[in-house]
Amino acid sequence: MPQHPPCLTLRHVRYAVGSARSPQGLKEILRSVDLTARSGEVTVLLGPNGAGKTTTLSCAQGLLRPSQGSVTLLGENPFRAGAELRARVGVMLQDGGMPQSVQPRALLHHVASLHQNPWPVDDLVARLDMGDFLRTSIRRLSGGQKQRVALAASLLGRPEVVFLDEPTAGLDPQSRQTVFELIGELREMGMGIILTTHLLEEAQKLADSVFILKDGEVVRHGSVAELTGASGTGSGASPGAARRMLFTASRTLTHREISSAPVSIELDGGTDNAPGAAWMTPSLTGPAQLRELAAWWELIDMMPVEVRMEARTLEDVFWEVSVS
Amino acid sequence: MSTTHAPLAPAPRPAARRILSHGLYETRNVLRNGEQLLVSLILPLLVLFGAHRLELITSAATPSIDVITPGVLALAVMASAFTGQGIATGFERQYGVLAYLATTPLGATGLILGKAIAVLAVVIVQVVVIGTAGMVLGWSPEPVGLLWLGVVVVLGATAFTALGLLLAGTVRAEATLALTNVIWVLLGAAGGSVFPLDHEGAGALLLLLPSAALGEGLRTASLEGSFPILEALILAGWAALAVLAARRWFNWR
Repeated sequence: MPQHPPCLTLRHVRYAVGSARSPQGLKEILRSVDLTARSGEVTVLLGPNGAGKTTTLSCAQGLLRPSQGSVTLLGENPFRAGAELRARVGVMLQDGGMPQSVQPRALLHHVASLHQNPWPVDDLVARLDMGDFLRTSIRRLSGGQKQRVALAASLLGRPEVVFLDEPTAGLDPQSRQTVFELIGELREMGMGIILTTHLLEEAQKLADSVFILKDGEVVRHGSVAELTGASGTGSGASPGAARRMLFTASRTLTHREISSAPVSIELDGGTDNAPGAAWMTPSLTGPAQLRELAAWWELIDMMPVEVRMEARTLEDVFWEVSVS
Repeated sequence: MSTTHAPLAPAPRPAARRILSHGLYETRNVLRNGEQLLVSLILPLLVLFGAHRLELITSAATPSIDVITPGVLALAVMASAFTGQGIATGFERQYGVLAYLATTPLGATGLILGKAIAVLAVVIVQVVVIGTAGMVLGWSPEPVGLLWLGVVVVLGATAFTALGLLLAGTVRAEATLALTNVIWVLLGAAGGSVFPLDHEGAGALLLLLPSAALGEGLRTASLEGSFPILEALILAGWAALAVLAARRWFNWR
């Protein structure tokens, strides 16, 4: 399948605050970020708190000027963007960016008035189920309601690229599902979607491409399949580290037996070391290890009750990166 | 969401319409905001009526309504341009509104021009309301001076808006709230806006304050019917300095 064209490219982006001469010194928020997002795809930025996700988005949106490196958004430098480019880009900030004393209805109509061909406000209101609180001042809305207003505002101009910083934070499960369905539809329409989220399960379902940041750097990137090793390729994925294996022991294992296992094994989900306990190998590097495990079962004279292979998840990769 | 809208390409409205739209949006927000109305209209009207009552009671010791009315106009302009815009912008900055609007087709320049339109619209309302109240109380400005009064009001609004934005863009919203109110009260009480300053000695130096330049300029225009060149230059200087400083130090987030 042909690749979609890039809508956003960051090359060696570095962002620092402070000064080398000040007592606090220079603080590097982004050390080196390389990232490409494509139209018609969902690009997800993951990372622990303080990893630099929001700063990366701010540089990409033209709100911050990188100390070094280059940003290209729809073929232009967003920091010098004119109204033409800004009309093609939708932004939902992490803190919403909503005036507190204004009603959502007034705000949405105002933002729509800045665009030549805005999405009908009523369409978005209905889609995001905002009818009940359109005339309530934003100050009085719940966190989830504010999120929906900010999301609607970001989409009003029918953008080609939309940045969504934690779009589902504070949403109930039903609203979260609505938002993720909407994001899927926007992708089908050819929009480039760049989002941050802490919901790894949803990210795994939605993402065409994932960038994991840590300490201001992209430490892993690729498709979900590449990152979890399902494809056997991808940055940072061990070749073939596609699976974890679970087996149910028919009896209690001794310490000596556990330590003699050919690969590291651990109890899954906090179960006790007893007959029927589920044991897990975090990752298998290849079929040879399966043979070794079978030989080990023979050696300790234990026939598993059940053996199951599972693909690694994005959450596994995320935790692996976070603790490394 | 209807996909029948999808073929329409994203495009900005023409710049003038975006800026006008934002100006009207901001004006509506100010006029619907009770606290802003209190500071911009109700308090200046109370000062006008209070000073007039004082004049009736102690006649010779207080300035006449012809002196007080342009002074109260200066106080009102400072309230809407400096205190009102400073506080509103400070909190918009804190809540990320400025950053968000800067990413829309409005952009940073459109945002500032839209705010300028809102300030001018509110100032027009203030001039009409306070001017009418002053005339009811006996204010009789020189007819030709009303034209110069309009020019000085615009200059004063520009200088104080720039000063308010400078404060809003450099300190926390809560500090902006406190500072703009305290400065407004000080400049209103002793800064030469409502009551004329002594033009000799130390008082002459205070004439360099933007509040004094605005108050003196409005009084010269309405009482003498002439254009106050020196005061206009002082206000233009403050405006230029504040704009330059804001360009240098204003933080959008």
